[in-house]
Amino acid sequence: MKDLVKMSALEIGRMIKAKEITVLDAVKAQLEVIKQRDPEYHCFITVLEEEAYAQAAEVQKRIDAGELDDSPLAGVPMAVKDNICTKGVKTTCASKILYNFEPIYDATVIEKLKKAGAVIIGKTNMDEFAMGSTTETSHFGETKNPWDTSCVPGGSSGGSAAAVAAEEVFYALGSDTGGSIRQPASYCGVTGIKPTYGTVSRYGLIAYASSLDQIGTFGRNISDCAVALEVISGHDAKDSTSVSTESFQYTKALVDDVKGLRIGIPKDYLGAGLEEDVKESILKAAEIFRSKGAIVEEFELHSVDYAVPSYYVVACAEASSNLSRFDGVKYGYHSEKAEGLQEVYKNTRSEGFGNEVKRRMMIGAFVLSSGYYDAFYNKALKVRAIINDGFQKAFEKYDIILGPTAPETAPTLGESLSDPLKMYLSDIYTVSVNLAGLPAVSIPCGRDSKGLPIGMQLIGKHFGENEIIRAAYSFEQSVEYERPTAIAAEGKEDKSSGNQEEKSSPKKED
Amino acid sequence: MRITEDTVKYVAALAKLTVSEEEQQKVATDLDRILDYIETMNGLDTDGVEPMSHVLPVKNVFREDIVTNQDNREQLLKNAPKQKDGCFAVPKTVE
Amino acid sequence: MKAYETVIGLEVHVELATKSKIFCGCTTQFGGDPNTHVCPVCSGMPGTLPVLNKQVVEFAMAAGLALNCSITQKCKFDRKNYFYPDLPKAYQISQLYLPICRDGGIEIETAAGKKTVRIHEIHMEEDAGKLVHDPWEDCTLVDYNRCGVPLIEIVSEPDMRSADEVIAYLEKLRLILQYLGVSDCKMQEGSLRADINLSIREVGAPEFGTRTEMKNMNSFKAIARAIEGERKRQIELLEYGRKVVQETRRWDDNKDTSFAMRSKEDAQDYRYFPEPDLPPIEISDEWLQTVKVRQPELRDEKMLRYEKEFDIPEYDALIITGSKHLADLFEETVALCGKPKEVSNWLMVETMRLLKEQEMEPEAISFTPAQLSALIKLVDGNKINRTVAKEVFEKIFKENVDPEEYVEKNGLGMVSDDGLLRSTIEQIIANSPQSVADYKSGKVKAMGFIVGQTMKEMKGKADPGMVNQIVKEMLDAL
Ligand SMILES: [Mg+2]
Ligand SMILES: [Zn+2]
Repeated sequence: MKDLVKMSALEIGRMIKAKEITVLDAVKAQLEVIKQRDPEYHCFITVLEEEAYAQAAEVQKRIDAGELDDSPLAGVPMAVKDNICTKGVKTTCASKILYNFEPIYDATVIEKLKKAGAVIIGKTNMDEFAMGSTTETSHFGETKNPWDTSCVPGGSSGGSAAAVAAEEVFYALGSDTGGSIRQPASYCGVTGIKPTYGTVSRYGLIAYASSLDQIGTFGRNISDCAVALEVISGHDAKDSTSVSTESFQYTKALVDDVKGLRIGIPKDYLGAGLEEDVKESILKAAEIFRSKGAIVEEFELHSVDYAVPSYYVVACAEASSNLSRFDGVKYGYHSEKAEGLQEVYKNTRSEGFGNEVKRRMMIGAFVLSSGYYDAFYNKALKVRAIINDGFQKAFEKYDIILGPTAPETAPTLGESLSDPLKMYLSDIYTVSVNLAGLPAVSIPCGRDSKGLPIGMQLIGKHFGENEIIRAAYSFEQSVEYERPTAIAAEGKEDKSSGNQEEKSSPKKED
Repeated sequence: MRITEDTVKYVAALAKLTVSEEEQQKVATDLDRILDYIETMNGLDTDGVEPMSHVLPVKNVFREDIVTNQDNREQLLKNAPKQKDGCFAVPKTVE
Repeated sequence: MKAYETVIGLEVHVELATKSKIFCGCTTQFGGDPNTHVCPVCSGMPGTLPVLNKQVVEFAMAAGLALNCSITQKCKFDRKNYFYPDLPKAYQISQLYLPICRDGGIEIETAAGKKTVRIHEIHMEEDAGKLVHDPWEDCTLVDYNRCGVPLIEIVSEPDMRSADEVIAYLEKLRLILQYLGVSDCKMQEGSLRADINLSIREVGAPEFGTRTEMKNMNSFKAIARAIEGERKRQIELLEYGRKVVQETRRWDDNKDTSFAMRSKEDAQDYRYFPEPDLPPIEISDEWLQTVKVRQPELRDEKMLRYEKEFDIPEYDALIITGSKHLADLFEETVALCGKPKEVSNWLMVETMRLLKEQEMEPEAISFTPAQLSALIKLVDGNKINRTVAKEVFEKIFKENVDPEEYVEKNGLGMVSDDGLLRSTIEQIIANSPQSVADYKSGKVKAMGFIVGQTMKEMKGKADPGMVNQIVKEMLDAL
């Protein structure tokens, strides 16, 4: 049964429908692997064992009754980033300030998943309030990269990415504000997609930066990602920024054909700061696209260097406002040492938030404060407009934009924490996509000299998910999916020990 | 850009955070460095550019004036650290 | 003492008469147990998002049009950030950069004639919750029922110079908003609240003085007292060579004085920025036009129409239209009974008398057009006489009785039974030889005594016309 967890989400879904396995089989196998591997990787903040078994029974009934025939992922165990509200299930944002918080409602995406028969097996680790690129700022301890446990899994959705890579779940939800799905996907060697802003309802996603946040999916291939994204997409009357006019049928785009597809590579993405191994893999990927009939060109995107500063101003400003509600009065951590209202506020917040969150809230308060609004916040919004404009112009010439997801592969644990500015700069290729609200996917495209996965980013125009999904699918047909070395080896050990048993049994008969 | 310890005190007060005396200098240096970097934005000419706070041209999203919610007080107060008589309780606000 | 001038500007918060809150489907109903009109959205639960109630925009547009403002056809919301327990998100969704209405004004009557008070802007925002001090545990209890009730804030220019002008402005404002139906403007329920910005300067001085802001007044009387108190306080400071400090003060009507609200902890830096959770609003010409067309008749038009259509005196029209509720009552009653003069009479005389006696505002009148119309029909159809009618009206006013039922149950119907009246009068004539003799000797007035005795005997229910006629007939026949 253990080999079940190696399969794709779609394959498991198919097997359940075909009665080759039950939902319970899938859940059991998944929980077994979590028990075995999660102590090492720490992908989860909360594992929902009992709930998953209860859900499994219920979903099985619905499947047997034929209610979920149109739902390819029914019964497939999955995980949710811990900043997405799950009714009655702890949702912490990996922060002490919400260490005991149980939402009283389900996020819209959770409602949709439940309706589609998903089995939520746990809530994944992340950077506190999604602020970070390494999952090290989690109050509950860092997640480790399944490829190399001395390395970070990336962030902020590091728990979801690592869980998918480590085969602790078939697919997972993450959220992406400045690269928080794509970058950990790239570090962990899995696929992650962030859709166009407004595609997936943000209702129930605990906000970091409202104008940039978007929920997306992780999978071990683009098909799983696309199918899962289809489940959670669509207009939601509870989110005023969700769009009502688009139809979201991503599975149609799962075709191996990039003939005539116009792909642009920003020269600015291949310059200084980019690791040589990463650059090589990206150029190799470009060759693969070319060989499959796509038109690939380099071009100048401009203003790339201004994306990170603009992003941090917008994100920190919105965060400083969004995170003000955590004050020890209505929910979450409450400082016991406080006397008087002001101390309740200050002590609760000072004790409840970690350093990176505090730093960003202070930057946010500063850039909005009287006298600085125009020079910082308003300036950042203007830069944002120019960046968006640059993309719009590029999409007049190209269907998709190709580049690296991150300038380097996964750094070692602790390396980024000492220098926040360096961490911010590593978001250079991802943040502009959020500023412009574009869809983008990160897919594995090789490994560096240390053996760590490299991710390639495909950026689409607004609502151009189908183009990037098609390109990703097509690329996937030309490369092999690689399992983290240790996990692949574990499988071989299993097999070899099995072989030994086989060999030894005839010996016994001897 | 020079972030002083007074600036740190001011933004900490706005964000309702306490920064201890010992931390103040470090926080000031950190913020100063980050804001210096942020100011590289000034290298981009943005004259006449309309600031963009929403990326998509979505507008006029409304709901109708209909009451849909029921009393849900028990749930609402479920997570409250301190409550009394169906209310959240805080240290007194009037002097 | 130098001659000083008081300069006053007002920020008036008006709760809109929507059924549901501005950003969620909770009821706006006044009262209710604490925290029972609350959901995850209006209590600012993590992850929740606002969705704008369309009616709020239309009410704000209607108010702006009636107050002669220009409507900002591209407007949006902003966040105002500050920490306070009545504000669960720690920001108020309001409007700073592009308020929905700007540059309006209304004309008020002052001692020195007509005067225009300019309106700087009107913006939409959400109300905050209610804080109640709990003396037992010496803590504050937080009730979010009012959280998210829609408000418009009407900001005037500093154009008023006295308490009288302020009251005139507020009364005019209240009437307009009530006529529009955008708010009930009940001060005692907090649906109309005024913050007063007041400063003092020497007469003729070119610059304004330093102003203070006063909050927490819940009646026009309190506002007048607060203005007077603050004016005196500031003049006194200036006379002693001291400075007025710009601050927010809380008016305590019981102590007849204001206190500075402690604000050391809070720098007034609200860090406004565009609300990212709400897309902008674009008001098309067509939309504006539909709201314009729907604007109801306001007071001045109504007064003219009453005089013309119902032929009632200007003074009566002025009084009746002085309250939207009274005007509605008038028109609906007229529609039911078709007797405008009768209706106006009941409102002008008996209603006004009872309001004064009970110290009530016209808005508090609880009887219905159907009740008044039924009463008028009873009188008109000679079912009861006027004395009885007044008694019944008082019962309607105070206890909301059904007039027909009440008359029936208490046997107040007018007696016009010829036989009964004749036998009663016969008896009274027989017992009043002196009056009969007086009448016969030419003192016609003596007949009044017989009539009075008859009415008394009939407990006031006799048809006075018939009694008069029969008494005269019988006396003459003697
Ligand atoms: Mg206001
Ligand atoms: Zn609500």
